[in-house]
Amino acid sequence: MDFTFWDILRNLLLATRWTVLLSLVAFIGGGIVGLGILLARVAARPWLRKPAELYIGLFQGTPLLMQLFLVFFGLPLVGVRIEPWSAAVVGLTLCASAFLAEIWRGGVEAIPLGQWDAAKSVGLHYVAEMRLVILPQAFTITRAPMVGFLVQLVKMTAVTSIIGFEELMRASNAINNATFEPFTVYGLVALIYFVMCFPLTRYARHLQLRARS
Amino acid sequence: MSYALDFGWLSQALEPILRGALATIFLTVVTGALGTICSILGAAAARSGSVSLRSAVDTYVELIRNTPFLVQLFFIFFGLPSLGLRLDATVAAILAMTINLSAYGTEIVGAGLDAVSRGQREAGQALGLRPRLVFLKIVLPQALRVIFPALTSQIVIMMLESAVVSQIAVRDLTYEADMLQARTFRAFETYLVVTAIYLGMSVVLRRVMVRGGRKLLAGGVS
Repeated sequence: MDFTFWDILRNLLLATRWTVLLSLVAFIGGGIVGLGILLARVAARPWLRKPAELYIGLFQGTPLLMQLFLVFFGLPLVGVRIEPWSAAVVGLTLCASAFLAEIWRGGVEAIPLGQWDAAKSVGLHYVAEMRLVILPQAFTITRAPMVGFLVQLVKMTAVTSIIGFEELMRASNAINNATFEPFTVYGLVALIYFVMCFPLTRYARHLQLRARS
Repeated sequence: MSYALDFGWLSQALEPILRGALATIFLTVVTGALGTICSILGAAAARSGSVSLRSAVDTYVELIRNTPFLVQLFFIFFGLPSLGLRLDATVAAILAMTINLSAYGTEIVGAGLDAVSRGQREAGQALGLRPRLVFLKIVLPQALRVIFPALTSQIVIMMLESAVVSQIAVRDLTYEADMLQARTFRAFETYLVVTAIYLGMSVVLRRVMVRGGRKLLAGGVS
């Protein structure tokens, strides 16, 4: 079977849907889990803070590929049936949660102490203080690095091809094996990733410049 | 369902694991050195006053920073041979890692150069130093001192990302782990051990670089 340039492009674009979906799911899932990690990380009690610190350190100090392998081979050992898609989602979600928690921690620590005192002085208890005063400000301050991390996450999804998830990178390997046109295929793949990431990078820079002025 | 972890295979696996770890360290050291030099050249070129150099460096940085490392690696290893450039897997890995690290490094070093106040350069010129010497002896050391922690982090990240070079059959730590788990059928334990080794290497690399940087750039890493 002969592949024209358009066949290659069309198949790559079809696979790109999975890259986009995985990025979004991991970003949202990572945000939810990361919120829990953040709360533990900024807690006053050491028995909450230390494990959260360790969690973040573990994910930032080991290769993503190893994390994915551990999820892929580890979950079946505790009796959870798993295929590449769920392993990719679980692995990337956990990894994203660590990175997002660390980004937000920077935001929480940048909030002036007066804000905490003010929240206490109007009688807010911990949950209300976090929800109404601290977290909204922390999220606003860290909008630029959050978008920057989303770019990183889109690029991270390429590694899930190695555990067999059929996203853009894995599709490109298959198409390359069928067409023997690696220059065209990987060139196009690079272009597709660039088209997804570059606007986000520009947006992150825009947010950063606006925050500074 | 119960599953007992078994590390009995480990005693026979020490040699390949050590070999793989050394290969990963080798890749990291070589690309760390090459990447730092290229980053300095890139950042200096972008600030040379030439518009075409600046836009060339900017384009390179954006292209690399907005595409995955795995794609860059495959493009170099599988794509370039069709232009007649066939590279050995290890050379391709070093090339891809250096190109990737330099893109981030150029931004980091550039930020450091911008942080050195103009007065420093002008003072050097007033002393009659040639522009090259002003850059090498006055501006660059101060810039490096500021950005050394960021550069260290980037090199650690590169080491962690280098795990994917096993995909083009470079015999790094991940490659040896793949081979081991295929032989022992103890995939989880194998990757657990290797992950711990990566963690240890990233902690040690960071510590060594901060300590080495402190000595090299007298005045300490800020």
